[in-house]
Amino acid sequence: MVKSQLANKISDKLPHLPMKAIEMCVHETIDLLSDALSAGRRIEIRGFGSLKLNFRAPRNAHNPKTGEKVATIAKYTPAFKPGKDLRDRVNAQYGQPMIAETLDD
Amino acid sequence: MAITKADIAEHLFSSLGLNKREAKEVVELFFEEIRQALESGEMVKLSGFGNFMLRDKCERPGRNPKTGKEVPVTARRVVTFRAGQKLKSRVEKYAGNESQEDQDT
Repeated sequence: MVKSQLANKISDKLPHLPMKAIEMCVHETIDLLSDALSAGRRIEIRGFGSLKLNFRAPRNAHNPKTGEKVATIAKYTPAFKPGKDLRDRVNAQYGQPMIAETLDD
Repeated sequence: MAITKADIAEHLFSSLGLNKREAKEVVELFFEEIRQALESGEMVKLSGFGNFMLRDKCERPGRNPKTGKEVPVTARRVVTFRAGQKLKSRVEKYAGNESQEDQDT
């Protein structure tokens, strides 16, 4: 499922709202989540999960191809932890087929 | 303070002119539709943000950290999140201090 399909699904359930408004909501929501993370704020959605930043300390690494030594800088990476409801619902489907590619609607 | 569904709804209300009830419904569905896609085995790709992927994991030996007793970790399906390039590079630049982040977790 991609962004446009998510908007379609929401629209199916809220037929009284214009499609355009829902598309903007999806867009704005994703923007808000990105802005929050970029500002170091944690996101917590009950039953869905939480997103936060993890610190990566600087370390001495090397380019595996050339063997050249490089030092990485300290940085932050986003991390997601599924909430209980999502975890349980997904786990109940263990072994069932998965769809990695996007289905055309 | 962490961002919650109420904050997102408030943002949609003030920036897009939906009424508060509509904004709440959209936010609720935003996360519910992602959950349903993942539950039905479908991966979710939100461009500019990241991908929610599924993985089936085999049973593996584990340990009860409290008692040290060996217990098998059962086979399960889990959700993983891979941040997209755009979110990653935005977040990397975050220079806030880590201890501040830890306080509200």
